[in-house]
Amino acid sequence: MCRDCGCAESESFRVHSTSSGHAQAPFATADDGWHAHTADDGSHSWHRHGNQGHVQPILDANQRQAESNRTLFNERGIIAFNLVSSPGSGKTTLLRRTLERLHPRIGCAVIVGDLETQADAEALRPTGAPVVQITTGTVCHLDARMVAAALETLPRTGIRLLFIENVGNLVCPASFDLGEAHRIVLLASTEGENKPLKYPPIFNGAEAVVLSKTDLAEPAGFDRVRARAAVAQVAPGAAIFELSSRTGEGLDAWIAHLEALLPGSR
Amino acid sequence: MHEAAICEALLGQLTTLAARRDWPRLQEVRLRVGLLSGVAPEALEFAFSALAAGTVAEGSALVFETEPARFACITCGEIDHDRLEFVCPRCGGPLRLLHASRDLFLCGVTPSSG
Repeated sequence: MCRDCGCAESESFRVHSTSSGHAQAPFATADDGWHAHTADDGSHSWHRHGNQGHVQPILDANQRQAESNRTLFNERGIIAFNLVSSPGSGKTTLLRRTLERLHPRIGCAVIVGDLETQADAEALRPTGAPVVQITTGTVCHLDARMVAAALETLPRTGIRLLFIENVGNLVCPASFDLGEAHRIVLLASTEGENKPLKYPPIFNGAEAVVLSKTDLAEPAGFDRVRARAAVAQVAPGAAIFELSSRTGEGLDAWIAHLEALLPGSR
Repeated sequence: MHEAAICEALLGQLTTLAARRDWPRLQEVRLRVGLLSGVAPEALEFAFSALAAGTVAEGSALVFETEPARFACITCGEIDHDRLEFVCPRCGGPLRLLHASRDLFLCGVTPSSG
């Protein structure tokens, strides 16, 4: 059923209900799917059905590149993660702790995006894992093309987990698939419990949500139960981890989760 | 976000469509927008009014039809809601999101008559 005019979607039988309730055949159709009927006032309203009118080719181009990245990840046996959060939620510190625990036992690599500086890449290099920094200039998100270019500079073998640390931003990265297997969203205890309800597009569809900086939860008055409930409202099915990269609280469960995603681990 | 780029794409489609049918002008352009599309109707409207100048869509009205999202309320069951508010419009209880569209579609146009 077309919500625009109430006509049936069937290709072979297109009859339209006009506002007066009379069924009327469309007076013109074409191979591009557009057709029309006459309204009571004599005006012609044209429309088409289904998903023929996608008007986001910028995002479509990104989607094609993302699928190509995904294929490449699969061919190389890489599980890719897209880490997103507000600026300052602890993505880099969590990655550092994660790499310290996993690499080189399990081969890891990082692609990290920021508007400027190599600071995050430098913070991660002591872990020994290959790290590529993308500086986006003024661009507020990573896109699949940037990730494809960064992949060229990473080793072709030996990477099992690839962490893509996105630009700190809870809005735009939601619209750009990078080809990752899993999106991970971080929410620091200093940000408040309602963030998932305020930014649904980024939280919805996340494989896991990490409530970070739990060592600051008490002084910040952060209610973990409410935060978990908010995540469950927006992203049902997402795994939730509470951890502090600083004290190490909760890191074991996070590391075990990552290891369990590796093929053959279950 | 990215409203200007989306607008350029939309105007390209409208220009092609109008040229094929010899429509000199459009009166109305209808879009169907998903609640997780990341498209803000106000921002798109603003970009459209600026970028449509000199095209077949100059002066046309942009009409948005929101594709409702499906939620679950523990009291009222599954409901459709056209805002991502997470509060049940019937009982005021918390809502859990089951499905919302990330798409934006051009679904209808009305050419100017006369």
